Amino acid sequence: MKGWTTAAQGARAPVRRRFSWDRFSAVATLIPSLILLGVFVYGFIAWTGYVSLTNWNSFIPNFSFAGLQNYINVFGTFRFQSDLRNIVVFTALFILGCLIVGMGLALLVDQRIRAEGLFRSIFIFPMAISFVVTGVIWSWILNPQTGVNLILKAFGWKTVPAWFLSTTIVPNITLGQIQVGIPLALLAVLIAAVWQMSGFAMAVYLAELRGIPDDMKEAARIDGAGAWRMFWSIILPQLRSTTTTIVIILSAASLKVFGLIYAMTGPGQEFVTDMPSLNMFQTTFQGDQFAQGAAIAIVILLLLAVFIIPYLISTLRQGTPS
Amino acid sequence: MKFGNTLKTASALVVALSLTASPLAFAAQQKGDLQIFSWWTGVASSKALKGMIGVFNQHYPGIKVTNEAVAGGAGSNAKAVLASRMEAGNPPGTFQVHAGGGSLLSWVQAGDMQPLNSLYKSQGWYKVFPKSLLNLLTINGKIYAVPVDMQRGNVTWYNPGVFKKYHLALPTTFPAFFKDAAILKSHGVTPLALANHGNWEATLLFSDVLLGTVGPVKYDQLLTGKASWNMYGVKEAANIFNRMMSYTNTDYSALHWQQADQLVAQGKAAMNVMGDWAQGYFTTALHLKPGVGFGWAATPGTHGVFGAVSDVFGLPAKLKNPTPTLDFLKVLGSKQGQDVFNPLKGTFSPRLDANPKLYDAYSRAAMQSYKRDKLVLVIGQGAVNPGFTNSFNNAMEIFVTNHNVKQFVSAVASAAQSNPLS
Repeated sequence: MKGWTTAAQGARAPVRRRFSWDRFSAVATLIPSLILLGVFVYGFIAWTGYVSLTNWNSFIPNFSFAGLQNYINVFGTFRFQSDLRNIVVFTALFILGCLIVGMGLALLVDQRIRAEGLFRSIFIFPMAISFVVTGVIWSWILNPQTGVNLILKAFGWKTVPAWFLSTTIVPNITLGQIQVGIPLALLAVLIAAVWQMSGFAMAVYLAELRGIPDDMKEAARIDGAGAWRMFWSIILPQLRSTTTTIVIILSAASLKVFGLIYAMTGPGQEFVTDMPSLNMFQTTFQGDQFAQGAAIAIVILLLLAVFIIPYLISTLRQGTPS
Repeated sequence: MKFGNTLKTASALVVALSLTASPLAFAAQQKGDLQIFSWWTGVASSKALKGMIGVFNQHYPGIKVTNEAVAGGAGSNAKAVLASRMEAGNPPGTFQVHAGGGSLLSWVQAGDMQPLNSLYKSQGWYKVFPKSLLNLLTINGKIYAVPVDMQRGNVTWYNPGVFKKYHLALPTTFPAFFKDAAILKSHGVTPLALANHGNWEATLLFSDVLLGTVGPVKYDQLLTGKASWNMYGVKEAANIFNRMMSYTNTDYSALHWQQADQLVAQGKAAMNVMGDWAQGYFTTALHLKPGVGFGWAATPGTHGVFGAVSDVFGLPAKLKNPTPTLDFLKVLGSKQGQDVFNPLKGTFSPRLDANPKLYDAYSRAAMQSYKRDKLVLVIGQGAVNPGFTNSFNNAMEIFVTNHNVKQFVSAVASAAQSNPLS
């Protein structure tokens, strides 16, 4: 984030007439990474975009122009419509879950508790685990036949949740080919995802909480603010920009989610837990439908852009010296 | 220019010479490099491949072999790497592909493969491999690959103890299956264990149900694009499949195929339909004795038909020097090479003169059916257009839950239309 700001300031710095060694070395050190970025990120994005407009849907390359036919085909499938519903539901609930749990943990850890370092480590530790490991372990825990349901049954529960095997969608409104709503199976995946990533939200919040000046809190206290009022009027407003950062980073992680789903549930019955990334992978590398896979990739990119571009604009604006 | 021509003539001469050599008299003094591309990275399969390379190096010590196996994604990673290499005009010496109209057909249609008819002739392979297998490797009258192993896709694995306990015989027809299934269910035993975590296992089951419903001739026509998927038999098979689903465990989405077979081994379920790679799981992982701890038979309605899943290797067209590849293919198709390779991999040799004594009870029984039965392909094991398979799996994922036959059949028919099967 800081890097963006500096880059923006640098670009707007007054042009110097004389040759400057500093300036030259800055450009020279930037060039290799600019070339690499240009080729391996933007070049490949452009290539993927191009492929998505061709008829290359088998091993044999076929670059004849297909227009938007691949997009029409992809959007017309039950699977992709389900993917869009799932990714929206998943991203919204995943971010919300991580923010709430993360902030809750940060506030608790910030209470000058004993063994604070230990708790901090415990909460942040899941982040160090691969999504695949998380997926496998939670698929065992939430397996309706063998997992946590055995404990629930021991406590006398008659009907136990089907977790990620549920095909129920709430509230279940028919739209296009699919039912729109929250697939309950996704909630099971969300438990695993939030478990893994809320430690990250906690760490960022905690750093920001520590940065709130004590005299500000002191002043509020003198003015007679209670704990609740302090949280709403002093702490929460201070956390706004941090929250934006967390939302951006988590939304990128969420829109690209693959390993967790692949290891934990697969596409699921009626694609209740499928994601665009999984669909893209199977379409491209199992179905050899490269153009359609590229079309899905471009849609994922556009979804990401919805989150990233407003963020970039706002940081660039903040960085502009007035 | 002239030099180039001389080289070409020379290499053509070498090829011609090596082709006319007698079956096992390998010309030993050649030098060169050979890259062998596969997705054999598992314990058994990589051991088997090393065994095969060992045999090759005995005969051709001058050729340096590089094992270019790519791990992951049940071969899909390897296929992606292979596609980019072929695209760049830099093919490996030879590569693993499945028999049938899947990737093999795509490569041939792309003009990336050389026919091997003269190699077959020189090695006497027309007599050694059954004609019905060669049919699966033949495109427009030309043979494009050498088969190295054989596996079966239409097997019911069952728990003999469970069938004995309830005085049942293993069903060979669908009516018998449903009769047994009702009895097993009433005793609290899951009649048919199913796993579908990978989104291909239910497709395999359906493939076998379809084969048992329409018979091998029509089934073959469906898989090769000669018959319409809107035919009545497909609907009938979908209805039977639907009825079978009411006799399966409900958590199939969470299970891998090994877990379904574990249910059978534990007696919690009576049967499971899976390819014969399950046999290795029963004997090696669960330490069960073939015929005692677990039993097997063809799936209902498919007796006398063998669902063939076979790994084959071909000759890429854009190779600069095809000689090492041709030499390797000779060893790959030889009795000596296959007798080393297959027992290590847990498959059996597709040669008619393969030695049954090298194999266990299951493989010996499978070899017998293989030699006697009509061979057909299995949907989803690299046997048909990958785009069709992917769409088929997608249709299946919906069908197993909503049981809508009409919707399923029309999805499959349109998949066959947009992904031609021939």
